[in-house]
Amino acid sequence: MNVGAWRAMRLILQRELCLGFRRPDQLLQPLMFFLIVTTLFPLALSPQLSLLRDMAPGILWVAALLSSLLSLETLFKVDADDGTLEQLALSAQPLYVIVIAKTMAHWLVSGVALVVMSPLVATALAIPVHAFATMMASLALGTLTLSWLGSIGAGLTVGLRRGGVLLSLIVLPLAMPMLIFGASATDRAIGGENPAGALYFLAALCVFTSSLAPLAASAALRITLE
Amino acid sequence: MHIWGANGTGKTTLLRVVCGLLRPEEGRVAWSGQSIDGVRTEYQAALAYVSHEPALKANLTALENLRYSVGLKRRVRDAELRATLEHSGVGACADLPARVLSAGQRRRVAMARVLAMRALLWLLDEPFTNLDAAGSALLLRMLEEHTGQGGLALVVAHRTLDLQRPIRRMELSA
Repeated sequence: MNVGAWRAMRLILQRELCLGFRRPDQLLQPLMFFLIVTTLFPLALSPQLSLLRDMAPGILWVAALLSSLLSLETLFKVDADDGTLEQLALSAQPLYVIVIAKTMAHWLVSGVALVVMSPLVATALAIPVHAFATMMASLALGTLTLSWLGSIGAGLTVGLRRGGVLLSLIVLPLAMPMLIFGASATDRAIGGENPAGALYFLAALCVFTSSLAPLAASAALRITLE
Repeated sequence: MHIWGANGTGKTTLLRVVCGLLRPEEGRVAWSGQSIDGVRTEYQAALAYVSHEPALKANLTALENLRYSVGLKRRVRDAELRATLEHSGVGACADLPARVLSAGQRRRVAMARVLAMRALLWLLDEPFTNLDAAGSALLLRMLEEHTGQGGLALVVAHRTLDLQRPIRRMELSA
């Protein structure tokens, strides 16, 4: 009996989460990076609350972006190195199904953890509590968008020995709109303004990338597998 | 069919072309008379490929490795996978992570994966590597049974394949 796409997706998701939680160091490293980078800023700038609060959305978003990038490099690379990517590619499932499942798993492991931890970082950056909900929503949308964008970059760089830098060069320019609107949503929430516009834009970006990235990433993977 | 030839003559490349991972520069690969590009899903469902590496996840157990690879091709129960691992002589390793298995045991798990896929076409790239005498004998028996039931197998190997039935040999040269 053939296996449907949903079942296949669930299986791959299970596999990825299982692997993710068996290697907690890979899960924790980007989080620690996020935590440390954001705590460096108050030390380097000045502990003046008003200044920190003004810069907080930018700091938070840039740190989130960079720490998500850290874990993106291994999205397909680990599987390519041990030969399991070939097995997945020959599994009678369309490549985009595999890309979707793996990217969702990446977000669940890295993005969600980052969102959950963000209030801690936000407190250190003097972001008021009333802005937490917006900040977390924008980060959730942003990290998901970044996972999708990253899947394209990871697919393109999977065959390279040191693909990390190239991956950043591919993904970061594409992530700029997300950075602008993400930081602006948080900024508006801090200032007590309505952040809906920026959040809607982030949501639209997320939908846009989630519909196109799996196709682009599977095309990239097909090329690099050859 | 037994494919052999000196190193670098393209045996692995040939297998990768046949399984669809590489595009042929000339000619086409056909399955049931149709180019594999048109019947990719059916073709992939009918083939099982083992490359140089056993392609196992080091942090998953042997059983989980099978569950997440065979499970993508057909619905399969853990009990059946355990039985297949048992048949391949690695039943005791089912719940051990692949990273603690020896190279020969990993190779046997990869063979169990091929068996469990119940594929019609086996593409095996140097499957005898790291196998002990008993393992090689077991693999030959598996090939015998598979071809006896009407299955196809393309085997890249540097040793002779002592099978009961006549096999075709193809020698590649540079």
